[in-house]
Amino acid sequence: MGKVINIQPITRIEGHAKVAIHLDDAGNVVETKVHVQALRGFEKFCEGRPAEEMPRIVCHICGICPWAHHLASSKAVDACFGVTPPPAAVKLRRLMQNIAYIGDRILHFYFLAAPDFVIGPDADYSVRNVLGVIQAVPDIARQVVKMRQMTANMLEDFAGRAIHPTFSQAGGVSKPMTEKERSAMLPLAQELLEFSQFTMKFAKDNVFPKYLDAIKTIGVIRVGYLGTVREDGAHDFYDGKLRLMKPDGSYEDFAYDQYLDYIGEWVEPWSYQKFPYAKKWGQLKLDLDDPVGVYRTNCLARVNVVDQMATPLAQAELEEFRAAFGRPAHFTLLYHYARLIELLQCAEQALELLNDPEITSRDIRAEVTPKAGRGVGCVEAPRGSLIHDYETDADGLITKVNLIVGTTHNNAPINLSVFQAAKALIHDGKYDQGILNKVEMAIRAYDP
Amino acid sequence: MGVTVAEEWLNACSGCEISILNTGEALLDLLPHLNFVHIPVLLDHKYFGQTGEKTAFEIPEAVVGIISGGVRNEEHKHVLNEMRQKSKILIALGSCAAYGGIPAQANMFKNDEILEKVFRGSPSTNPSPNPEHSDVPKWTNTVQALDEIVKVDLTIPGCPPHPDWIADAILALLAGKTAWALPERSVCDTCPVIREKKSVGGPIKRGLTNLDFDPEAGLDKMRCINEQGFFCIGPVTLAGCAGKEGVPRCVQARTPCRGCFGPIRKGARPMVDMMGALTSVGLDPKTLVDRRAIMNRYIGAHGYLTVLPARPGK
Ligand code: SF4
Ligand code: SF4
Repeated sequence: MGKVINIQPITRIEGHAKVAIHLDDAGNVVETKVHVQALRGFEKFCEGRPAEEMPRIVCHICGICPWAHHLASSKAVDACFGVTPPPAAVKLRRLMQNIAYIGDRILHFYFLAAPDFVIGPDADYSVRNVLGVIQAVPDIARQVVKMRQMTANMLEDFAGRAIHPTFSQAGGVSKPMTEKERSAMLPLAQELLEFSQFTMKFAKDNVFPKYLDAIKTIGVIRVGYLGTVREDGAHDFYDGKLRLMKPDGSYEDFAYDQYLDYIGEWVEPWSYQKFPYAKKWGQLKLDLDDPVGVYRTNCLARVNVVDQMATPLAQAELEEFRAAFGRPAHFTLLYHYARLIELLQCAEQALELLNDPEITSRDIRAEVTPKAGRGVGCVEAPRGSLIHDYETDADGLITKVNLIVGTTHNNAPINLSVFQAAKALIHDGKYDQGILNKVEMAIRAYDP
Repeated sequence: MGVTVAEEWLNACSGCEISILNTGEALLDLLPHLNFVHIPVLLDHKYFGQTGEKTAFEIPEAVVGIISGGVRNEEHKHVLNEMRQKSKILIALGSCAAYGGIPAQANMFKNDEILEKVFRGSPSTNPSPNPEHSDVPKWTNTVQALDEIVKVDLTIPGCPPHPDWIADAILALLAGKTAWALPERSVCDTCPVIREKKSVGGPIKRGLTNLDFDPEAGLDKMRCINEQGFFCIGPVTLAGCAGKEGVPRCVQARTPCRGCFGPIRKGARPMVDMMGALTSVGLDPKTLVDRRAIMNRYIGAHGYLTVLPARPGK
C-alpha cells in the first residue's frame, strides 16, 4: 500500500483524536480511520459511590456539556430510587439546561466552526481560527464573548456553577428560584433570544448560501437518525422517548429503558471509542456505499426525527429548512444549520420557563430513600442522545453503570463522513492544507 | 506580538479550556498580548506539520506552556515531555493536571478491571478484546498529576479553575514574574455561613434532603453545612473557586464543597485534617459513607488513591 496521511491532532473539536488517510500507490484513498485516543473508565470507577453523588461526579465526563451529564445522571438516580421530582424542580432543571445549551451552541458556531466559514476553509491555519474571526468581525466577536459570559453568569449566579454543576439532586434540585432571581434573569434571557435570532439571520444571509457547494459535497452520507421526541412528536431536550429513523424516513419509537433492545456497541481494535449501531438493522457495516446499522445523533438527527419543534420561531425555521433539504436531510454540514434552529428553541424555552409562575414554587425536592433499583436516565445532550444506566444496592450505592454518550453514537457516521470527504477531495496523491482541513470539516460538523 | 503560548489537554474534559473562554471581555483585552502557537481546541497547528509530512512530533517553542488534564496514557506522557522541553514556564491548569482530578478515581481500581468492565462487562457492548493499535496509546499504570513526571512551574488549580485566576496568573507572567500561586486559605475562610463550632450530631447525613436555609435570605443566614450534619470538605480545601470575590460556588448552590480546588498546601494531609475538622464539630468521620473516595475525589494522583488489597467476604 502507498502512504498514510496523518492529521494529528484533529483540531477545533472537543477531544483527542487523529485521522489516518491511507492512499494506494496511485495516491487515491483506500481507507480512512478516525482514532479516538481517550478513555477514562467512568463506568468502572463510579462503582461503589453513593448514587446521590453521581450527578456531581459524572458531569466531569465533559466540560462542554456537563449539564447534560448532570441531568441524565439525576434522572437515572431518580429512577433507581423510584422518586418523581416535583414539577417546579423539573422546570428548573430544564431552564438550566436551556441556558447552558445556548452558551454551548454559540461557542460551537462562532469559536469552533466559524473560522472555516468566515475566514475560509483554505486559509492558512495561522488566521483560520477564532482570533482571525475576532479581527474579521470585531463587533460580532465582542457580542459573542458577552453572550457566552452572560450564560455562564446566569448559571453561576443562580446555580453556583456553570461548569460541573451540583444543582440537580436525586428527587429534585438544591434550591428554589426566588422572584428576585427570576426577574433578574428575564431581561437576560430576552437578550439571548435576540442574539439567537441575529445569529440565525447572520448565518442564513452570510454563511450558508456561500457554502452551499461545500454543504452538498463534504462528508455526505446516507444513514439513520436517533433522537428524543415528546409524546406528541415535538422536539425535547429533557424528556420523552427515543425515535430511531431509517435513512428513508420511516421510524420506530421506544422508551429510554428499552435502549438495549435497539442499540448495540461494537468495538474496533483501532479506537478506544465504541461504535454504537442499530442492532435491528443488522451487524454494523462501515461501508460507505452500503452502510448497515449506522445512525447519527446530535442536532441534525433531532431536527430530522421530530415532527415539529416545540416553539414557534424554531418551528418556522424548521419548516424553511425542510422545504429546502427535505426530511430526513442528509447533508452533513447541515449540522451547523440544525444547531442554530435548536439555539432558537433553547432561547424561546428559557423565556417560556421564566414566565411560568410555577418556576418560583418552593416545592422542589421529593423525599428520597436509598434502595436497590435500576434507572435509565436519558436526555438529549448538545451532541446527541445521552444514556446513563445505573444499578444500586440496598444502601443506594452504585453497583453498575453503563453509559452511551452523545458523540459516541456518531463514531460510525463520523468515520464514514471522513472516508467520503477524503475520497472526494484527494486524487492522484494531490492534497494540501486546505484539502485536509476540509476533511476535518466533515468531523467538525458533528461537533464531537 | 505578545508572549508566545502553547496549550495542550491530556486526560481532561475540556472544562478548563471553556473556563478560559469564559474569561469574557477580559479575554478580548488579554488576547493581543498573547501569541498562541499551539492550542488544539482553537488553532489548527498539527504535530507533524500541516500536511502530516514531518516524521518528528513537534510542538513549537513557547514562553508559556499550559496543560490541562493529568496523564493516563503513553501519548499524554509524550506530549507532556515535549511541552516541558519547549516551554520556558509550564503551567498545570486545573485539578486534573494538578492532582489527577476526577479521572484519578480510577486509581482505586486495577487497569485490567476497568478495561474488562468497559469492553467486556457492559450490557450494550459486544464483548471484545481491548483495543490495541499503534494509534491507540497504551494506558499508563495509574492516573498521574503532571508534577509526578516533569517539573511544573506554576499551578492554577480548580475544577474548573476560575477565569479570574487564569487571567491573574497570565498577567503576572506578562509583567515578568516567574512564580504565582493562590493564597493559602481554606474554602471556609471565604464562606459566609453561620458557624457555632458544633453540629447537630448523629451519623453524617447523605445528600438525600436539601439543606436547611431560607431562600430569600443570604448565605450569612444559613448554618454551616458540616454543622447541619452533612459532609462539606471546605475546611481542608484551597479557597478561590468563586474568583477574587464571591462565595464558594457549591455553597452558593446550597450544596456542600467536594474539594475541587485541592488541598490548601502542597504536602498537606487533607483526609487526616478533615477527620479532625469533623470530630471538632462532634461528627464521627467513621459514619461518612464512601469516605476514602469522597475525601479524595479530586486528588487521586500522588498516591492518595490506590488499589486496596481485596477484603475477604467483600
Ligand atoms: S464547612 Fe462548608 S459550609 Fe461550613 S464554612 Fe466550610 S465551606 Fe462553608
Ligand atoms: S465549593 Fe469546593 S467543590 Fe465547589 S467549586 Fe468551590 S472548591 Fe470546588
